Amino acid sequence: MKDLFRGELIRFSLEEPEVRAQAEVRWQRDTEFNRLADSDPSQLTSEKKIKEWFEKQSETGPKADRYSFSVRTLKEDRYIGFLGLWVNLIHSEAWVGLGIGEREFWSKGYGSDMMRLCQQYVFAELGLQRLSLGLHEYNPRALRSYEKCGFHLEGRTRQDLMREGKRYDSLWMGILRDEWLQMQNGEHQ
Amino acid sequence: MFDIQTQLYEGQDIRFGPIDHEKDAEIEAKWTHDSDFMRMMDTAPARPMSAALIKKQYEKLEKQIEESKNLYHFTVRAKTDDRLMGTAAVQRIEWTNGNAFLRLGIGAAEDRGKGYGTQALQMLLRFAFAELNLFRVSAMVPEYNETAIALLKKFGFTQEVCRRKALERDGRRWDFYVFGLLKDEWQDRARA
Repeated sequence: MKDLFRGELIRFSLEEPEVRAQAEVRWQRDTEFNRLADSDPSQLTSEKKIKEWFEKQSETGPKADRYSFSVRTLKEDRYIGFLGLWVNLIHSEAWVGLGIGEREFWSKGYGSDMMRLCQQYVFAELGLQRLSLGLHEYNPRALRSYEKCGFHLEGRTRQDLMREGKRYDSLWMGILRDEWLQMQNGEHQ
Repeated sequence: MFDIQTQLYEGQDIRFGPIDHEKDAEIEAKWTHDSDFMRMMDTAPARPMSAALIKKQYEKLEKQIEESKNLYHFTVRAKTDDRLMGTAAVQRIEWTNGNAFLRLGIGAAEDRGKGYGTQALQMLLRFAFAELNLFRVSAMVPEYNETAIALLKKFGFTQEVCRRKALERDGRRWDFYVFGLLKDEWQDRARA
């Protein structure tokens, strides 16, 4: 059986609320990171408050429609980012959101490695039919990474976002179970 | 065109109103017993509901409106006797980006196909663009909801996204579309 939590460059863990809060309080100060990750306005939140959010998540116990991973590098064992899944079991679909807060690990294949591990989890462990994600037009690096991982660009909601007085599209992507399986078989041939 | 004096909530045969906690729950409960309607309106599993459950939903909805500040909800009513005919909403508003999602349904089978949905969408768009000053609106529609797709196209919406095989119903997978309309596109049509 495959190791679900170990890729080529990173592994999935789940850090304690205080460790996650310490990292988030630093990462949120990087507004480029924020703008790539989210369409909401940037907001600075106290470490105490962030820790309370994470603690609240733990209080209710693991949920069948929500999966959170912390991301650590294999080489240095550094905590560099996160990946979250929102699952709709009725329609057998998951949405993924991810971020690498430590900038020195951008553009080096870590994101693609996280995504491949996530796809394996969604299709081989959760047994879902579809994985979806959204991103912003001004994030071509993410677009390339997701295309490399087999996602199809399924459309764009025109001029959805307003940043620095300019309008940008939101991009919608998806990969189906069969497409992922085909990719797996292709690699083994 | 419209001006400040033109009423936002008065259409030709219909009007927008608030929820009537006394009368509406019983009517909306009846709609939920029509699984065709529920499957057009929502991707959550259809389930028959009682008036008591609908009343709970009203309370939840009004609390959400109060707290989230990103949701406007209307009942669609007959002008003649104020009878409840449907619901309409502008939801998931992102104020800084000027975008939102629309929702609209005419509940009773005998009220459908009579142009009430067209009137309601016209009013809802004016509310979204001329009152909320949004830049664009979106609508999510399953591929099997042909009535909604025809209505959106009539108003100049563009099909922008096709989320392939994103829904499971009747033992098969269906595409899920996102339609969009920009304020400029709406204004050009309103003028013409």
